[in-house]
Amino acid sequence: MSNPVLNVKAVDKDFGGIRALDDVDLVVHQKEIVALIGPNGAGKTTFFNCITGIYAPTSGDVLVDPKATGDPVRVNGKKPNKVTELGMARTFQNIRLFPSMTALENVMIGTHCRTKSAVFGAITRCKATRNEEQAVIDRSYELLKLVGLDQYVNETSANMPYGKQRRLEIARALATDPFLLLLDEPAAGMNPQETHDLEKLIVDLRDRFDIAIMLIEHDMKMVMSMSDRIYVLDYGRMIADGTPREVAENPAVIKAYLGESDDD
Amino acid sequence: MNNTLNETGHQGALRLLLSAGCHSIPHALRKSAMVAAWFAFLTFPILVIKVNTIENTVAWRWENMLAIAVATFFGSYVWRWLLARKEIKRDEAKRESVAERLLTKVQSHPILKLAGLAAIAIPAVLYPQVFDLYQTNIMVSCLVFIVLGLGLNIVVGLAGLLDLGYVAFYAVGAYAYALCNLHWGIGFWTMLPLGAALGTIMGVILGFPVLRLRGDYLAIVTLGFGEIIRLVLENWGDVTKGPSGISNIARPEFFGMKLTIAQSTMYMYYIMLGLLVLTIFCVSRLQHSRIGRAWLALREDEIACQAMGIDKVKTKLLAFALGATWAGMAGVVFAARTTFINPASFTFWESAMILSIVVIGGMGSIRGVIAGAIILILVPEYLREFSEFRMLLFGAIMVMVMVFRPQGLISAKRKIYTYKGTSEAGSGQ
Ligand SMILES: Nc1ncnc2c1ncn2[C@@H]1O[C@H](COP(=O)(O)OP(=O)(O)OP(=O)(O)O)[C@@H](O)[C@H]1O
Ligand SMILES: [Mg+2]
Repeated sequence: MSNPVLNVKAVDKDFGGIRALDDVDLVVHQKEIVALIGPNGAGKTTFFNCITGIYAPTSGDVLVDPKATGDPVRVNGKKPNKVTELGMARTFQNIRLFPSMTALENVMIGTHCRTKSAVFGAITRCKATRNEEQAVIDRSYELLKLVGLDQYVNETSANMPYGKQRRLEIARALATDPFLLLLDEPAAGMNPQETHDLEKLIVDLRDRFDIAIMLIEHDMKMVMSMSDRIYVLDYGRMIADGTPREVAENPAVIKAYLGESDDD
Repeated sequence: MNNTLNETGHQGALRLLLSAGCHSIPHALRKSAMVAAWFAFLTFPILVIKVNTIENTVAWRWENMLAIAVATFFGSYVWRWLLARKEIKRDEAKRESVAERLLTKVQSHPILKLAGLAAIAIPAVLYPQVFDLYQTNIMVSCLVFIVLGLGLNIVVGLAGLLDLGYVAFYAVGAYAYALCNLHWGIGFWTMLPLGAALGTIMGVILGFPVLRLRGDYLAIVTLGFGEIIRLVLENWGDVTKGPSGISNIARPEFFGMKLTIAQSTMYMYYIMLGLLVLTIFCVSRLQHSRIGRAWLALREDEIACQAMGIDKVKTKLLAFALGATWAGMAGVVFAARTTFINPASFTFWESAMILSIVVIGGMGSIRGVIAGAIILILVPEYLREFSEFRMLLFGAIMVMVMVFRPQGLISAKRKIYTYKGTSEAGSGQ
């Protein structure tokens, strides 16, 4: 098997006395769609925060290897913007767009770490800056079109419908040119039709950009039909992983989801 | 409330006026009566009792109380009505005022835009020729405050960093010129870029430790920094000459010619005008650049911003330093204009004034900041005749703007970009 692009080894995260993540291991390979599931409060979002630099893990290693060359970079302790520069981009469970900026500008922000015009260029508006700016605008528009938001280009993001805002977050993350896209509950608050469309979009993005995608999701139907592999988190521990079928039949998973009380 | 909304015509408007903000007319009456009673009670000691200590008599001026009660009774109606009207028209208010729409329309048409620019530029250039020295002087100080406002607008309006010590950088520029001129005879034109550079450096030095803080904490710490600079200027007598200040600072030279006071004021006016044009040019370009967008994003959501690959510290520091650059430059101009500076010119009041210009004018909007500076600097100047009420009126204007247009007089507009396929895809409007 090829080298993993993301390799998480024995990560712990403590909040005061609470252990939100306990010895978590996880790998993602190139072009894989991996789902992370678990009951509410299991630590899924905390896991995302730990690997993207928003939190520093208490212990353990987060290794990133964008080209799968077998020569990974350790990212724990790095700032979120450095992690994004390395190529992991995410969306947020509670949508975090820039509300007073237009949809196009939101996506343009995503290109920030891949462009470099600075103060001098901004003031003189020299040729290099103008070209870069136009390239950014065109690419951002392409991405908006790809996620089906072309009619909202100049709409401020706060005025967009909820489901569209989730798609906009995906476009913004894609603009950072990631090798791994991390989606935190992308289908939350969507109706079945929207969820179905989103599923198609995610698979299409994977094929089009040849990127790996990891998603946290509560919609089991969606998770089961689109994931290559599934990880299950419960009370901060990774209790199972495998193909959708393996996970669905795993007694520990069934127990966690049915919330069986300890009777022994 | 709902039925008043649907009613139209004079009757509806009258009813709205009479019962604004209340369920019914009797309720409104009671509310206004309460307000009147409160005001009568609160102003009773000052306006009613008049003790004559020489003759040991007390005069009871009840007519004053009556006047206050009646005025506040009706005043409260008007106040509530204005508030209710704002509530009803909230959606419209959020969009654009008539003036803003007009401005946008003018800007979108090339010929009109040119005409508009000329309509501003010609009076601006002719101003010192037409008006006297006194008027020109007031205008120069207004221009200085516009430049300061635009500089602070980068920090507060664009990047969302509440800086209450902005005047510190202004002081640095002014003292740098005063001292360099005093000791080494360095001229104005050499010092202008140096002052700007010094402002930038100070911005980076002061910014580095404080930019980890956010919101209120940042405001308090920058306030402290502003005061520290002032105290240093006041107490480091050997270098800064302490509270007595530095006098006889050279005015800008004009190809070695000797200028009279009137001429040099006029010269100063044109220098400031040039500086203002440069400032507007730079700020508007920065605002719509990659960096300007990053500032805005940082203001809106720091975490999302970092997760999108923007270096928070670097971006904030850049805003802080660029803002300080303009303050440093304005400081040099200030010292050259007044030829005398002392620490009393750089108090917290100045910082508060510049901040008010930005907030009242409209955060992040260049036109707004200009409008804000004109109102806040020129209005008090022309109100000098009513000197006792000057500050009262000033305060009233500020409160009014904040209540009725919290986004500022002229709010910032998002730029509409043109992209491949602009024509085929219907834009979002
Ligand atoms: N910043 C924090 N400080 C303290 N405790 C936290 C913090 N963030 C998360 N937690 C705790 O860690 C646990 C895991 O939270 P997390 O948000 O990761 O759950 P989740 O699996 O994403 O749940 P959900 O499905 O509801 O989104 C919870 O008990 C939560 O209270
Ligand atoms: Mg979560």
